[in-house]
Amino acid sequence: MSSTVKTKGRIADKLLMGLVLLSTSLSIILLLGIILFVFIKGASTVSLSFLTGVTSVLKGTVGIAGNILNTVLIIVITMIIATPIGIGSAIFLNEYAKKGVFVTVIEYATETLSGIPSIIFGLFGMMFFGNTLGLGYSLLTGGLTLILMVLPLITRNTQEALKSVPDSYRNGAVGLGSGKWHMIRTILIPSAMPGIITGVILAIGRIVGESAALLFTAGSAKGLPKAFSKIFEKIFQSGGTMTIQLYLSATSEGDFDTAFGIAVVLLVLVFVINFVTKWALRRRIN
Amino acid sequence: MDNKHMADEVKMSVKNLDLYYGQKQALKNINMDIHRNAITALIGPSGCGKSTFLKTLNRMNDLIDNVRITGQVTLDGEDIFDRNMDVTMLRKRVGMVFQQPNPFPMSVYDNIAYGPRVHGIKNKAKLDEIVEESLRGAAIWDEVKDNLKKSALRLSGGQQQRICIARALATKPEVILMDEPTSALDPISTTKIEDLMEELKRQYTVVVVTHNMQQAVRVSDYTAFFLVGDMVEYGETKELFTYPKDKRTEDYITGRFG
Repeated sequence: MSSTVKTKGRIADKLLMGLVLLSTSLSIILLLGIILFVFIKGASTVSLSFLTGVTSVLKGTVGIAGNILNTVLIIVITMIIATPIGIGSAIFLNEYAKKGVFVTVIEYATETLSGIPSIIFGLFGMMFFGNTLGLGYSLLTGGLTLILMVLPLITRNTQEALKSVPDSYRNGAVGLGSGKWHMIRTILIPSAMPGIITGVILAIGRIVGESAALLFTAGSAKGLPKAFSKIFEKIFQSGGTMTIQLYLSATSEGDFDTAFGIAVVLLVLVFVINFVTKWALRRRIN
Repeated sequence: MDNKHMADEVKMSVKNLDLYYGQKQALKNINMDIHRNAITALIGPSGCGKSTFLKTLNRMNDLIDNVRITGQVTLDGEDIFDRNMDVTMLRKRVGMVFQQPNPFPMSVYDNIAYGPRVHGIKNKAKLDEIVEESLRGAAIWDEVKDNLKKSALRLSGGQQQRICIARALATKPEVILMDEPTSALDPISTTKIEDLMEELKRQYTVVVVTHNMQQAVRVSDYTAFFLVGDMVEYGETKELFTYPKDKRTEDYITGRFG
């Protein structure tokens, strides 16, 4: 009897193993397939002039330099504001606020906020920043909208990182006479740095990949500013990021070469971001 | 007898100390004089309040919500709960070593220099001097002098604990509180720490919480026995362990409970 049970168990084991392997290979094949498909379709479009030039019907050129600049500007605007606020609120929630209803509600809210479809942030951003504050379609409107979107991401990650710092570090520092803020600055933040960096890089990744929330906040202009000194003015003007341009190229403009070219650039960027994150984390741990 | 002469003076004095966690009373009317240049051991079963009491002496309990303290604790006659008492200064004067070695995730050097830097010492030469002096004081200088830039987390548990002692010494304290400093260590490291405590009492006043009665007998000059928030008995270690006055002390030290 016992031997049949054993054989049965083995067969079930093998079957399950097979299924698991199948699902794994399926997801890997799908993933690689998509990447390969995008690269085959788009790699030939990507060239130096594609990356550094601007699309012009008159000159007959195709380039996404304007979109790259817009993406960078949106990242800068968003992160310059979202990073300190996100980290600051995480420190407050974790180290200063008394654990209770208040903190629980805020934590629940940030968690929910990070799950809200981005298009809702876009709708709000357009109405509030664009209309009510009169910023119109501009990189600033887009950036402000994205701040709302990535704040929970940074706060949550920083909070998790702070929670994982052992209390013995806190006690050790305070026991040596360190004040609370000094302890936070010299012990907690350095110890939590990997988590903080992860949050920041995830946020940047989110910005790079965002399209829905930007479509009706930041606009879609693809030109470059006329001079370097005009970059600051650009913030108050419409500007489409790479994802927006991808969408436009693939829909209204019907230019699939450009769409796939941008897709390649975005994929490479995501790879780089992931790589940098891993590298930064490993460096911190050593 | 030598010890007794040296230890006559009172360094810290505790009067009518009550401590509550919310509604629960954790320390009940503790009265005790802690003698200078002596080692005072606090013994008792888990949850008896000995660690809570220890943390009261440098106000580490301030960090816990819901703690209410009444009564008086003085350091050289100064009330440590006084509104004018600077907690930073108090913790500089009354340093602490914890149960689990807790070096910060930074170099040995930065660990030791942490306290002095908190208290405003920035001069490199001065810091170098303090670091060496403290590491020597904690009997670990020879083991780490070539690796001061190495992360303290890479050292063994026993070495880490001596780093923590050195870190406490670096602020030039007067009293050192040790909360079961050897309970996480192997026997050899324990011996090293115990020897070190003997050295330390020449310069400092040491209060140590221990689970281990043999350790109390080996290292301490005075012993206080705690039981569910009460200090049952306090006296010279030899006396308390040979002629306990209270039945509960006797039961505990003869191993009838605990």
